[in-house]
Amino acid sequence: MAAITTTPGAHHDAEDPNASFLEKKGLMSWLVTLDHKRIGIMYLISVMIAFALGGIFALLVRAELLTQGKTLMDADTYNKMFSLHGVVMVFLFIIPSIPAAMGNIILPIQLGAKDVAFPRLNLLSLYIYWFGACFGLYSMINGGVDTGWTFYTPYSSSDPALGGVGSSTSVIPMTLAAFIMGFSSILTGVNFIATVHKMRAPGLTWRRLTLFTWALYSTSIIQVLATPVLAITLLLLTMERFLGLGIFDPRLGGDPVLFQHFFWFYSHPAVYIMIVPGMGVVSDIIATFSRREPVGYMAIAASSLGLALLGFLVWGHHLFVAGMSEYATMVFSALTFLVAIPSGVKVFNWVATLYKGSISLQSPMLWALSFIFLFTIGGLTGLFLGMLAVDVHLHDTYFVVAHFHYVMVGGTVMGFVGGLHYWWPKFTGKMYDEAPAKAGWFFVFVGFNITFIAQFIMGSRGMPRRYYDYLPEYEIFHQISTVGSWVLGFGFVIILYVLVKSLMSGKPAPRNPWGSAALEFQTPTPPPTFNFVKDPVLTRGQYDYQLATEDELYEGFDDPLFPGIRGGKPAAKPAAAAEGEKE
Amino acid sequence: MSSEATAGAHAGDHGDGHGDGHGHHGPKWLAHHFDTPAQQFDAAKLGMWVFLAQELLFFSGLFVAYGVYRSWYPEMFKAASHQLDKIMGGTNTIVLLFSSFTAAMAVRSSQLGKQKETGRYLLVTILCAFGFLVIKYFEYQHKFEAGLLPSRYFHPHMDHLVAGSAPLPANTGTFFGIYFMMTGVHGVHVIVGIGVLIWIYLRNQRGDFSKEFFTPVDIAALYWHLVDLVWIYLFPLLYLV
Repeated sequence: MAAITTTPGAHHDAEDPNASFLEKKGLMSWLVTLDHKRIGIMYLISVMIAFALGGIFALLVRAELLTQGKTLMDADTYNKMFSLHGVVMVFLFIIPSIPAAMGNIILPIQLGAKDVAFPRLNLLSLYIYWFGACFGLYSMINGGVDTGWTFYTPYSSSDPALGGVGSSTSVIPMTLAAFIMGFSSILTGVNFIATVHKMRAPGLTWRRLTLFTWALYSTSIIQVLATPVLAITLLLLTMERFLGLGIFDPRLGGDPVLFQHFFWFYSHPAVYIMIVPGMGVVSDIIATFSRREPVGYMAIAASSLGLALLGFLVWGHHLFVAGMSEYATMVFSALTFLVAIPSGVKVFNWVATLYKGSISLQSPMLWALSFIFLFTIGGLTGLFLGMLAVDVHLHDTYFVVAHFHYVMVGGTVMGFVGGLHYWWPKFTGKMYDEAPAKAGWFFVFVGFNITFIAQFIMGSRGMPRRYYDYLPEYEIFHQISTVGSWVLGFGFVIILYVLVKSLMSGKPAPRNPWGSAALEFQTPTPPPTFNFVKDPVLTRGQYDYQLATEDELYEGFDDPLFPGIRGGKPAAKPAAAAEGEKE
Repeated sequence: MSSEATAGAHAGDHGDGHGDGHGHHGPKWLAHHFDTPAQQFDAAKLGMWVFLAQELLFFSGLFVAYGVYRSWYPEMFKAASHQLDKIMGGTNTIVLLFSSFTAAMAVRSSQLGKQKETGRYLLVTILCAFGFLVIKYFEYQHKFEAGLLPSRYFHPHMDHLVAGSAPLPANTGTFFGIYFMMTGVHGVHVIVGIGVLIWIYLRNQRGDFSKEFFTPVDIAALYWHLVDLVWIYLFPLLYLV
């Protein structure tokens, strides 16, 4: 039998328990569902709408900067555009994207569980996310915010209507939006931690978890420990603006830098909420498309936890020029360099996995490889910024903008879109067209690099971030960057087309289109409501291509329906190994 | 190899025991996606502890703000804290400690399957929680009357201040900003706790719980202990400086 054995079980449910989770129709069946996959898909749709919205804001910002002076909008509108781009992308897209959307769909299946530990809580966190998004939309309709996504005090906390000199935009609803969405993030984290600890299938030891699961587990720890600090910070900011507490507003005796400490105590770990799940996706994709167990499996898993831990110790590097003591800056600088260790461990292990792997360059793999490429650039430029003296020059320039886009877009978006392609057949039951999907990847990859390499250069030459206007010598870089953003945007339009076309007229997907050994590809496509027809019992790891049987690996491979997919025999003869697993 | 053997043995157990997890396979309070009551209980307990860790970090922001301003303005903190009513705060401490005790007793009696007793203990806990809020209301009222409000609205009326108190230094409004935030956020937790306890009380009266299934009582009491715990820190920090 298969290495992942199953136990027989009778089903007493009135409905066919083996029907696909997409079977039930009607809006209400979605809105009140407790099925993690359906909740995940609702999350997926929500975050993709947010991504489109944030992307449009980004294109508008870049279009405004195409020429010197006023190109498209006035300075106030421009300030709102880049603020909304940041707020929408960070709070509505990046943070919930991989954990809440893909994690919800895939994590319980990879654990061999029927659902997450607290299905009702899961639905609640989706509703809280929507509720928060409503506040955000209200703020946008109500004029938006011009504080940047960081809501720095005293600009955000001081209300001109009450005699202050700060922002007169609708800061309170936007802050509350982020506050509320924080709860959604926390509840998802609590749910995932309990799920990973308590819901694993028999035989699924910690060493047999997928690296995606490890990454989500690490992320959940950060979500639970960091997000409440942001929550209380934003609550304090709201109250400062509303009641004049005197904590952040210097006119009332407060300290605006304290806000930055609080804010970055969350927001630096939040960078790892953004990047670590992407790393998990990439680890899974690279293993599958190299047909190899990841080299240094435990090192990759441990480095996820390491990043989660170190993320809490480095927030001070955002305040190098904000007036900390020089000893504090030195300590934070040194701690910041430590982040390079787990990051490097991951990158070297991925590359080592590729070495002598049986690589097939399907579109998910292209996204994963570009993740490594972009993340490496993003990570190395982070060292420039962690270095005290260099940071004084580069602080708040476009260099920083390019750096965090390489990490966050190069990390989260590559991971997200790669994972979307990788698991798309599994949770929609439809294949997509490989050739246009690759074209979409090409435009995104090229457009992204054009956009942000130009920003690295102008940043290193002193172009400050957030500015509405600039000196003539920067114009050429802004123009290159803006043209790059159009290429980038065009790439995403192609991807949207590919995915929509797949939903409309895609060929039905096989159980295991990529020949993966992981658990989620051993269940029918799309999975039944309880994920498995029979409760799985694991007798091998989820990357164990040596022990995986032909049955597990090759359905869908060499299928006449999918001529584009690479066939061939497995590297090791699995049959003999599987023989020993027979019960 | 040895780990595979273990997994195989585990697989055998699983097959003999509860292979069917999809249908109705246990007591009605066992959710569909759990295999055993123990798994359900453990998951709930772990989830709650993780949530409580989150709660502590939520309050930690306020404690850090407190620490920062206290170290900057020690005299101001000393003078301002004299304006708080130690008697009322102390009474509230005792009320909350007692309610935590009754919450623990409610769990105990629920574990023993004594439904009536559980109900009575829960009722006392809820009453104490209301008592806490009533006392808090009088405290707040006094602060409003005396003009002891957060910075922007801080206009102390000398005749309402505690007799014989030292003159209030500059920035005293910041202390009251912190005071109202800390006690206010804690008060919201008390209100949420009342809601949770009433819900648990109603479920207990309906007969949802038994010797075998008392998880919700246990979880709600854990939450209530946290509310109590936070107050135990707030009281000395704010009132007894």
